[in-house]
Amino acid sequence: MEKIGAVLIIGGGIAGIQSALDLAESGFKVHLVEKTTGIGGVMAQLDKTFPTNDCSMCILSPKLVEAGRHPNIELTINAKILKVDGEAGNFNVNILKKALFINSEKCTGCGVCAQECPVESIDLYNEKMVINKATYVKYPQSVPLVFSIDRDKCIGCGICESVCKAHAVEYFQKDEKANLNVGAVILAPGFDEFDPTPLQVYGYGKYPNVVSSIEFERILCASGPYSGMVLRPSDGDIPEKIAFLQCVGSRDIHHAKQYCSSVCCMYTTKEAVIAKEHQHQVNPTIFTMDIRAYGKDFDKYIIRAQEEYGIKYVRSRIASIDEDPKTHNLILTYESEDGKIITEDYNLVVLSVGLNPPNDAIDLSNKFGFELNKFGFCKTLPFSLEETTKSGIYVCGAFAEPKDIPDSVIQASAVSANVNSLLFPVRNTLITEKEYPEEIDVSGDPPRIGVFICHCGINIAGVVDVKKVEEYAAKLPNVVYVDRNLYTCSADTQTQLKEKIIEQKLNRVVIASCTPRTHEPLFQNTLREAGLNPYLFQMTNIRDQCSWVHIQDPEAATDKAIDLVHMAITRVRNHKSLKELSLNITPQALIIGGGVAGLTAALNLSQQGFKTYLIEKEPELGGFSKNIHTTLEGENIQSYLKSLISSVEKEKNIQIFTNSELENISGYLGNFKSNILNTKSKEETEIEHGIIIVATGAKEYSPEEFYYKKDERVLTQIELENILETSEEIKKKKAVIMIQCVGSRNDKHPYCSRVCCSEAIKNAIKIKKQSSSTEVIILYRDIRTYGFKEEYYREARKKGVIFIRFDENTPIEVIKENESLNIVFKKPDGNLLKAAADLIILSTGMEAPRNIDSISQMLKVPLNADRFFLEAHVKLRPVDFATEGIFLCGTARGPANIEESVSQAKAASARAVTILSKEIMTAGAVTSFVDENACTGCNICIRVCPYNAIEKDEMGVANVIEALCKGCGVCAASCPEKAILVRNFTKDQILSEIYALGGNLDGF
Amino acid sequence: MDFKPKIIGFLCNWCSYAGADLAGVSRIQYPPNIRIIRLMCSGRVEPYFIFEALKSGIDGVIIMGCHPGECHYMTGNYEAEMKYQLLKSLLTYVDLDNRISLEWVSASEGIRFAEVVTNFTNSIQKLGPSPLKKIDKDSELLFNLNALQIAANDYRLRALIGRKRKILDEGNVYNKKYPKEKFEDLQETAIYDEYQKNRIILYLKKENLSVKDLSERLSIAPNKILEYIVDLRGEGLIDLKDIQELTPYYTAKQEA
Repeated sequence: MEKIGAVLIIGGGIAGIQSALDLAESGFKVHLVEKTTGIGGVMAQLDKTFPTNDCSMCILSPKLVEAGRHPNIELTINAKILKVDGEAGNFNVNILKKALFINSEKCTGCGVCAQECPVESIDLYNEKMVINKATYVKYPQSVPLVFSIDRDKCIGCGICESVCKAHAVEYFQKDEKANLNVGAVILAPGFDEFDPTPLQVYGYGKYPNVVSSIEFERILCASGPYSGMVLRPSDGDIPEKIAFLQCVGSRDIHHAKQYCSSVCCMYTTKEAVIAKEHQHQVNPTIFTMDIRAYGKDFDKYIIRAQEEYGIKYVRSRIASIDEDPKTHNLILTYESEDGKIITEDYNLVVLSVGLNPPNDAIDLSNKFGFELNKFGFCKTLPFSLEETTKSGIYVCGAFAEPKDIPDSVIQASAVSANVNSLLFPVRNTLITEKEYPEEIDVSGDPPRIGVFICHCGINIAGVVDVKKVEEYAAKLPNVVYVDRNLYTCSADTQTQLKEKIIEQKLNRVVIASCTPRTHEPLFQNTLREAGLNPYLFQMTNIRDQCSWVHIQDPEAATDKAIDLVHMAITRVRNHKSLKELSLNITPQALIIGGGVAGLTAALNLSQQGFKTYLIEKEPELGGFSKNIHTTLEGENIQSYLKSLISSVEKEKNIQIFTNSELENISGYLGNFKSNILNTKSKEETEIEHGIIIVATGAKEYSPEEFYYKKDERVLTQIELENILETSEEIKKKKAVIMIQCVGSRNDKHPYCSRVCCSEAIKNAIKIKKQSSSTEVIILYRDIRTYGFKEEYYREARKKGVIFIRFDENTPIEVIKENESLNIVFKKPDGNLLKAAADLIILSTGMEAPRNIDSISQMLKVPLNADRFFLEAHVKLRPVDFATEGIFLCGTARGPANIEESVSQAKAASARAVTILSKEIMTAGAVTSFVDENACTGCNICIRVCPYNAIEKDEMGVANVIEALCKGCGVCAASCPEKAILVRNFTKDQILSEIYALGGNLDGF
Repeated sequence: MDFKPKIIGFLCNWCSYAGADLAGVSRIQYPPNIRIIRLMCSGRVEPYFIFEALKSGIDGVIIMGCHPGECHYMTGNYEAEMKYQLLKSLLTYVDLDNRISLEWVSASEGIRFAEVVTNFTNSIQKLGPSPLKKIDKDSELLFNLNALQIAANDYRLRALIGRKRKILDEGNVYNKKYPKEKFEDLQETAIYDEYQKNRIILYLKKENLSVKDLSERLSIAPNKILEYIVDLRGEGLIDLKDIQELTPYYTAKQEA
């Protein structure tokens, strides 16, 4: 069957958006189908994100806009899947586009309909906590910004139709069917929050001051129901004592939610921290069984929460809640760790609800023919967490297993790698390259400025006297044409705009309308269609900054609009045509590190036809995985690794360099040159490549404590597994004691190594299977079996493995008495215990390899405080470095298990393909450049540039690598010689706006 | 009461401009005096721009960027803060430091954006019109402001500020973090010296003066003036004009 170069992505949350962007940038047509009326998913509902407390909307909205405007991405909202036929490479999918009752082509998102709508409805985005109108948009920054009518609420009054100047209201709009022909399908429907209503013990829905964590998230948000104040629903008071109850709908066998939801410990801590930040009066307490802070920099966040914000953690699971009906306070009874029964009043209780499979999971599974696992999530294949049981249908995000944002983004890119390797032969077959007329050379011509003032229906014109603005603009020098439009962004006005540019020979354009953050690319595109350089353009915002915010003072709003238009006209006079940079790409890859991550990335890239150079410092490939036999789930790592290595060795597009190191590197994105040195033969090879993937791995911590290497009865988990797999030695042992967090979560290694809990449980189960009479004790601080791994924690306990928490402030001691080995440790209740062991097993953590600094320096990519590589953005760019064209994956990034490393490697590969798949890449034109004569080579610009975009040439003069420059302009503001300038934000352009407003003393 | 302040807001595209957009979409009302200039990053703001704004009669300037740690360009807002602190110190010499402000506003803080603008507008309203609004070209205030602006835009202060974060936070060439307090003292001294040196140059552009003349005009002890003079001659910025009796007279070099 013929392969189709298009992809269907189901779900427009952060995972779906990331896959869409990756694949659209790799030459595929993407259909992004979302069931609600806007993309953004749960992330759009979040106030802040852990562990950086980044504002969620700040980091998400540029991605929303990018996805909404990408020429290769087709968004379909309010849609559902009807029927699926076909097979991997060629599917036919029928979808139903449910009527919005507002024409999305015509709707400009101005919002007058919602303002005038007399019917109040419930706002789901704010978790039903505030009132919306029957005509509504999901949230203010929604993409696409299209309103719709809630027919259940609409009374048919006809007001919205009469106020909509764009004539977009269509009460009789019908549902539409559409057929999509795609080569692959990506499932990214996300998750549903666990609904705690059925758990009557918590009184959710009955007691007003018991809220779910997602409701609390909206309470915290500045744009939420209480404008960011922490108030309780019953009386609007600030809740002094807040209790967070963990594992509501998680780790709960009684309600068929056996798995761990992976994210709740962290989001709860974040909510507690933010609550404290917003309202210093609150004192949060978190009731939890374990603190599962297993991700990168998570433990540090927990420590900060405790030490800086005074967040209290109580190790207890609350069984039920009572309410004082007078005060609506909530009464909690729990057992403290020292065994006391405590009853306490709280003013507000937040239920940290778990992640459920989405409600359409079964429907999707039936229609697409993939299997669900026993928890109702999508079943995935061993060592390939993105593959479903049906070929050509892939999964990413929380639908595969509960996970946080960075892990979802990693998987979203990883799934793109699967699609790449399936559909690469039909890359670039269905995308449309837009053709523009040749650009008119306007350099040297006197400015001929056209000004277009938008009414935005009545949104602007209802407050601002647009005629006055028009008259003012017309009088300004170089303005040759002024026009007003009902909607400047509508399709017909775009055509007019084009005609006017040509007819009036305009060579500068000013549009006074709404925000450039969403509309600038649209207008710039129109300029290009008219043959004008898109940078001969300036936009000014007289809606969001005038008419909408100075409603009571039309005169002042008009004055302000006049000033803003004046500033824009003065500025645009100083605009120049800018050329977007074209960059040739060498379609070859360099991968550093021949472990599972590096091997996976190499294989994925080479299968798509990209020549790949793989460097490994050891004599053989395989990395650390050579030492591990099975996964927690029981999959055979060695046979997986063997087949992976043999595939890599057979692949003709891969050149392997063992015993080799990177000697030096030069160049940048698309055009790197490196020397590889064979450390044995001293032979050097020079290669050229377009991208780099860093997969240098981590190493096992080698313990100096607990008589390790001094007594043969003290072993690591790796050594134990080897014994278990190769002998029956264990049957002779009466007692095995495992010690967790050896070389993790201490002063020297203040992070969690993520895999050791699973390793210990895996081996404990193996011991019990071989020798059920052997006693196994695991001494732990927190058991971190996140996601479906929780199953094995339960299995271990069922098999009789004994788990004992030790007091983290009292070091465990191993004492040799005569011939016996004894362990002395303190329990959290203060009791000292002593136990004898035949074997002591150390669950050792991971640490960065020794040679990491030289790689970091050579590539100019940063390490974090724990000496793992630091990604470009913790949440949304987890496998990218800030320096374009360099990516990272595997344990070089931080502790991860094998399957996670495979996902990361595929993700890095897919991110790299967004570059390698292009012969020529265009980069933005807003970049810096250096006046060579003025530069003294002081290095300041090099230091302030966060993207390594500036280097010194052989003359000692700074040189901007335009391909890497993002145009922030910090270098220009910092250069002591004023020798760096930034295009489109030049000193003259900025000053011209100032002078237009203030009047210039020196006659600018 | 008829004073309507003119205020410029320099906003970064990613957080604070988005915050202003959200205030708009949410119809949160605030005083209409601010005019926004959109930049990609708050780190693009040069003190020079603010001097120009004040000189052209703007009553107040507010810079807004992403919250610390949330910069779209990772560290641009920290650089903005360094420059703002310099600006603030410089403007204390002419009592204009209360006409500038730096605030962090995120994309979801429409309400906060409106509050920040309201508070700043009110504070400028209270201060009254900028003294630079109606000013004659020979006023002392403008003279001093010009000296400060040149100082802000000259190599020494820009170089010092450009390296400040490295020296304080990452480690200097000796791989040591220089103590913040010591650096701030040093910075204040540098600001003072550069300010006075530029005042000397501006005076010497107008007429030839002696150390004693300058001492009187600047109200600085003659021995300190002499130090500056020696320094400025060394930099080639001023020349000895002539010697009358025993007193040397200096002049500023005219710009090419």
